[in-house]
Amino acid sequence: MATVLELRGITKRFPGVLANDHIDLTLNKGEIHALLGENGAGKTTLMNILYGLYKPDEGEIYIHGQKVSIDTPSASIAAGVGMVHQHFMLIPVFTITENVMLGEESMRGGLFLDRETAAGRIREISESYGLAVNPYAYVKDLAVGVQQRVEIIKLLYREADILILDEPTAVLTPQEADDLFKIMRNLAAAGKSIIFITHKLREVLDVADRITVIRLGHVVGSTTPSEASQRSLASMMVGREVILHVDRAPATPGKPVLTVENLQVLDDRNNLAVDGVSLEVREGEILGVAGVQGNGQTELVEALTGLRAPLSGKIAMLEKDITHAAPRAITELGAGHIPEDRQEDGLVLTYSVADNLALQTYYRPPFAKGPVLQERTILSNAVDLIEKFDVRTPGPAIRVGALSGGNQQKVIVAREFSRPTRLMIASQPTRGLDVGSIEYIHSRLVEKRNEGTAVLMVSSELDEILELSDRIAVIYRGRIVDVLQAGEATKELLGLLMAGIDPMEARKLGAEKAG
Amino acid sequence: MAQRKSNTPQSPESKAKRKNPATILFEEVSGGSLAVPLLAILSGLLLGGLIIVLTTEEMYARIAGGDILGGLGTGIGAALKSYAALFTGSIGDPGRIFSALQNGDALSIRRAFNPFLESLVQSTPYIFAGLAVALGFRTGLFNIGAEGQLFIGALASVWVGFSLEGLPSIIHIPLALLAGAAGGALWGFIPGLLKAKAGAHEVINTIMMNYVAFRLSEYLLRGPLRRPETFNPVSPFIEDSAKLPRFFEAPIRFHLGFFIALGLAYVVYYFLFKTTWGFNLRTVGANPHAARYAGINIVWSTMLAMSLSGALAGLAGANEVLGVNYNLAVAFSSGYGFDAIALALLGKSHPLGVVLSALLFGFLRNGAIRMQVSAGIPIDIISVLQAFIIAFIAAPAIVRTIYRVRLQTEGETTFVSGWGGS
Repeated sequence: MATVLELRGITKRFPGVLANDHIDLTLNKGEIHALLGENGAGKTTLMNILYGLYKPDEGEIYIHGQKVSIDTPSASIAAGVGMVHQHFMLIPVFTITENVMLGEESMRGGLFLDRETAAGRIREISESYGLAVNPYAYVKDLAVGVQQRVEIIKLLYREADILILDEPTAVLTPQEADDLFKIMRNLAAAGKSIIFITHKLREVLDVADRITVIRLGHVVGSTTPSEASQRSLASMMVGREVILHVDRAPATPGKPVLTVENLQVLDDRNNLAVDGVSLEVREGEILGVAGVQGNGQTELVEALTGLRAPLSGKIAMLEKDITHAAPRAITELGAGHIPEDRQEDGLVLTYSVADNLALQTYYRPPFAKGPVLQERTILSNAVDLIEKFDVRTPGPAIRVGALSGGNQQKVIVAREFSRPTRLMIASQPTRGLDVGSIEYIHSRLVEKRNEGTAVLMVSSELDEILELSDRIAVIYRGRIVDVLQAGEATKELLGLLMAGIDPMEARKLGAEKAG
Repeated sequence: MAQRKSNTPQSPESKAKRKNPATILFEEVSGGSLAVPLLAILSGLLLGGLIIVLTTEEMYARIAGGDILGGLGTGIGAALKSYAALFTGSIGDPGRIFSALQNGDALSIRRAFNPFLESLVQSTPYIFAGLAVALGFRTGLFNIGAEGQLFIGALASVWVGFSLEGLPSIIHIPLALLAGAAGGALWGFIPGLLKAKAGAHEVINTIMMNYVAFRLSEYLLRGPLRRPETFNPVSPFIEDSAKLPRFFEAPIRFHLGFFIALGLAYVVYYFLFKTTWGFNLRTVGANPHAARYAGINIVWSTMLAMSLSGALAGLAGANEVLGVNYNLAVAFSSGYGFDAIALALLGKSHPLGVVLSALLFGFLRNGAIRMQVSAGIPIDIISVLQAFIIAFIAAPAIVRTIYRVRLQTEGETTFVSGWGGS
């Protein structure tokens, strides 16, 4: 098989950190090569070097056997390397065609955009690789998975034959991820070569031809899906044995802590996002809310935590009506909240780790005396929590924005879990995190539940739901379509329910499949 | 924040401890690099000098006459002469200061130090107004209305200053200052309320409020507040009991307002960084979503910040009325409220930065008067100079490129994570 890309001895130093240490990597034609590593292992740095955003301190890059120097993204595109970033670079109010043309406009008479020719090429590309899109649709109307397809089309339009996909499944639903894998296989079959950056083990085993694991800037090893297992990959990534399963005793649920009755909530566009939800979370149990993203989970959690006013219905916590309570009132009743979007809601990125750790309590003794902040207490509290929750930071005064995603999440977990709470609402608690952090946060959630806290966990990761929940509520189009006991739930059944199949039907289908 | 730069795992605390507190504070203000603002000022001065050279007509005449070197010399000479005048006008003539100190003659000492003290007088309203805008910035609010708030503050304090008679200074001065603060606060509160309750953008509304303030003050100064014995739109003089005390005999105008401004800068610093209220406001400014999540009342914070910002701007007006002019005329402010926006940016919205930038502006303004008189350079060149400095501050990449200042923060955001997940 022909080698299309070879990295030799790539080294990149940043002040105080060796991000990439003599990394060698080869990519063959028509291969899907997974680059696996924890957050901060140096995957993204390596790819940014290949994409011309960073200059390596040492090392050489060969493309089709030719030594190349890639100083800018345009040089990388010219060399046939294209990258799909985690955050898409699309203009929402433009059509797909316009987005794809951008920067490489085909013109008519040197003055007018030739959308038809471009759209024709997009159709060609979309047919030959199975990337179904309508070239005239506006990007703002597209689902996330389709937007990602547009990003891939952009690369193919520029005739890239080495595609880098940076954590492409982080934003996708399980179904969308499966579609993406199909597309990736089509692309590989057509002779494109793909570098697939991820830290999700299952995906790697599903789709990759070869796997290279990076840890702390080094290549730890290379393997293939047939030789590897989730367990072996996890320990390569983390550098020690990883417990993928949390041991937990059966739940001993107590009194109801949170009671929701017939709740209706509008979303930002005034559509009914939560449509008559009733549920109950009791002491010492984890209620998992499963569902494909965008089925009202966000609005539900916002209503429960006081961030969004419900349209109708009733929310009670510890027999107190909190339907229209302010966020702080709910917090003070003993609710903890791990928000879905940690950088947007959960943290002030420009603040220090210490200030972020005090974000829910700064106004109360011992963190404040009257209106005066007690900086020493805030700092010593931070030192404590950093140690207790194993937050990896150079110190409590470091900006939280400078930490890795996993450590940012740990800051939130430390803050919410260190307060005495009766109710914990955890929304997508491990999204985008690496194995080590997921393991950690899962065990903490179970610990909370064992202490008698009522835990409501919203997640679109089926594995996580199945792993942790004592009961599972499936949400579809703003309604709870079914509530399952942990024992009766299977991945297949949940998948069917999440897709909106009628519960009776789903159980029958699920049973057939199992049988 | 002080340890922001230490992105290595080895004991960052001990590293921070070795720095002295003033350095840490300055780094907080300048965003880590002391060099950039200083180089920006230097670049501004150089470019300003170039413009003086290029606008020297005599130079072109001599060059046209064939004397290229002589012409260039004339141009450069003009620039040097202008900056010399700027220096003596703003800080003083070193020779005069020296000989006055040797003589020990009180009058000549006062005269020699007058330029310096006058610069401080000029800086004072900039400090107040700069603090006003900076406080807004910290809360994520763009208060363009400092100028209007300043006018309303001046109106309120001049009214208290002349209409109340027979009060002792110790009561009259605080009362007049409070009136100024209250007037400005009201003018800030209105757009704050509109923003918080109706989502109306504060930039639009503060600009509108400026026009209302200008026209309102014009109306009042032509009507109810006009000094009876004149037809000009000026207010009566304030009572002596309302005047901020001056420290030296005339013509030195240096007055208590400067120290009030410095004190207030400290108060604003303490409020913003050491109190829960300041924490509320800063959090709203840094990330309103997280602020809501943390239970901070954004509506209330917005109104509070706009009112406090208005109060500070109002004090700038009161300071001018009570400390310098003793009355109020229609065109009494030379755009302090607008310069304050640039100044707050220059000072990175940090009270210490604001004080330093205000001093810079004050010294430039004051020096420019001498420059105009003795070197014939129009005072507006100072606005050009300020514009250059601000442009350089706003685009630090230019300064870094020109002077090859290493960007020490490169890669920091990415690479603390380098050993984070392990």
